[in-house]
Amino acid sequence: MDEENICIKENLVYEKPATLLDTPMHYCPGCGHGVAHRLLAEVIDELGIQEDTIGVAPVGCAVFAYNYLDIDMQEAAHGRASAVATGIKRLLPDKYVFSYQGDGDLAAIGTGETIHTCNRGENILIVFINNGIYGMTGGQMAPTTLVGMKSTTTPYGRDTKIMGNPLKITDLIAQLPGVYYATRCAVNTPNNVRRTKKALLRSFQYQKEKKGLCFVEIVSNCPSNWKMTPLESNKWLEENMIPFYPLGDLKSPEGKSIKPQNGE
Amino acid sequence: MKELTLMKGNEALAEAAIRSGCDAYFGYPITPQSEVLEYLSLHAAKRTGMVVLQAESEVAAINMLYGAGGTGKKVMTSSSSPGISLMQEGISYIACAEIPCLIVNVVRGGPGLGTIQPSQGDYFQAVKGGGHGDYRLIVLAPSTVQEMVDFVPKAFDLAFRYRNPVMILADGALGQMMEKVELFEPIPRKTNIEPWATVGKPKTRQRNILTSLHIEPDKMEQINIHLQNKYKKIQQNEVQYESYKCDDAEIILTAYGLVARICKKTADMAREKGIKVGVFRPITLFPFPYNQIRELANKVKGILDVEMNAGQMIEDVKLAIEGKVPVEFHGRMGGVVPTPDEILLKIEEKFVGELV
Ligand SMILES: Cc1ncc(C[n+]2csc(CCOP(=O)(O)OP(=O)(O)O)c2C)c(N)n1
Ligand code: SF4
Repeated sequence: MDEENICIKENLVYEKPATLLDTPMHYCPGCGHGVAHRLLAEVIDELGIQEDTIGVAPVGCAVFAYNYLDIDMQEAAHGRASAVATGIKRLLPDKYVFSYQGDGDLAAIGTGETIHTCNRGENILIVFINNGIYGMTGGQMAPTTLVGMKSTTTPYGRDTKIMGNPLKITDLIAQLPGVYYATRCAVNTPNNVRRTKKALLRSFQYQKEKKGLCFVEIVSNCPSNWKMTPLESNKWLEENMIPFYPLGDLKSPEGKSIKPQNGE
Repeated sequence: MKELTLMKGNEALAEAAIRSGCDAYFGYPITPQSEVLEYLSLHAAKRTGMVVLQAESEVAAINMLYGAGGTGKKVMTSSSSPGISLMQEGISYIACAEIPCLIVNVVRGGPGLGTIQPSQGDYFQAVKGGGHGDYRLIVLAPSTVQEMVDFVPKAFDLAFRYRNPVMILADGALGQMMEKVELFEPIPRKTNIEPWATVGKPKTRQRNILTSLHIEPDKMEQINIHLQNKYKKIQQNEVQYESYKCDDAEIILTAYGLVARICKKTADMAREKGIKVGVFRPITLFPFPYNQIRELANKVKGILDVEMNAGQMIEDVKLAIEGKVPVEFHGRMGGVVPTPDEILLKIEEKFVGELV
């Protein structure tokens, strides 16, 4: 069979979501940000909420998220995305509002805004990309950097005596009454990608029902700053990141269900 | 019918915000302006459904303001000096993303934690930038509680006309003192949707992006040129000032805010002694009335600039008069308010000998 006959609509498994713009992404090959963006676009399409969704982009590698998603967006200062999202949501309570933030953005400079936004139970979705490092600024330590993990500012590996311990921010915020749903996902395998998509779908659904804050952590990779190939980085993620940041729900209407290993 | 009542400056300002059809307020308590948040918490939501939220910090408040302002509605915050310092990052972003909003600074004495007493120590910060990058706020300086009221709707109008943050710069005394005020009839809430606002993208238009990030230097320069052109237009069109007995004056006092009122009293006292003193009061600190002060300089023998700081607006006064006449300074700092007597003494000391 030739190409023309294969590439027909009936054979298509995946199409480009309508909400995803036809713009080449600036992310490094194999980076989890791209997959996470696509999932957001798919979910927005499936729920038919493109016209009613407003996103907030962070400072970090996803600073240009608004170049890829065909929705109204605001770009926030470093760490402040959840405060910006709060402002939008308070004035447009019937719209869907999400922030999209990295670990430096959300769990370092923006810890205060994150905790208080969660504590107020703002009816928004926070998407938290945890790649254990500062991607955009060239691989410095993040709050989530693993013990012993090398970065440009922990060149001998993260030493807890000097730099403290990795911050499991999702575990922290899951304790807050304002948080309705907190889950940890990954996008390193097809199964994990599917589970992440489900988590995003659920979150927007809950937002529609005005249930409160939904928090989706996506344990991700940074091949460039981890200094690995995309494949190596996914393997490293599975062997190092996921054991420390186990996938599963930390808080959900059905009760907590942390799965210690690789999700499904 | 206009309503006449006795009100504290901060409360009068808050009442004016409600009556201006303000949609949202985000703030954090700090003396001497906490009454704004308190008054709004008590009255706003019940009466008009206005969003009033006590943020966890000024950093959060200004970023909530950025988000809320992005929806194209009337939004405001207020704070006092240390709080405004914390907001500077956000203000710079708001200025670049061109989001209209009202920021009120009820200034207290600094630097640092300073004092809760009135001051004008934040003139530089308000007028020259404060945050990073080349940007300007439109800055209105009230001198009466009445103006605390009247400047609120005016500030919103300017903010939307220019898509620019507007600051009301009042000192702590104006926030705290009670005066008779005439309240205006409530203005209906704004219902139009701004074409640039992020409210959800209908199929009929391109997506709206509010950002201050333009990574290409050429693009960033274009944004800067656009902003500078806007500021030029503001300078051409929006200068406001008040002159008091300036027509035949030989000495001019330049002062803004509360201090200008004290100076008026000084001028009256001076005239009783036969010294022809007038008062020139900039109402907009940006845009600054350079031309008007320059014209005055052609007619007078000297200028005494009076402020509650170490001499900040005096730099603009000197720029305006281009060295044509001597400019002297009288300032009190740290929360001390100058008296008409001490200003008069300064006039006599600096100028009177030379006049005769
Ligand atoms: C106030 C401020 N401080 C520091 C920076 C520099 N900065 C840009 S991105 C970044 C770290 C981003 O890391 P993360 O949030 O983990 O996102 P990633 O790039 O890994 O996706 C930092 C420190 C900034 N832009 N603003
Ligand atoms: S630097 Fe890291 S986080 Fe950033 S795009 Fe590249 S791989 Fe992704």
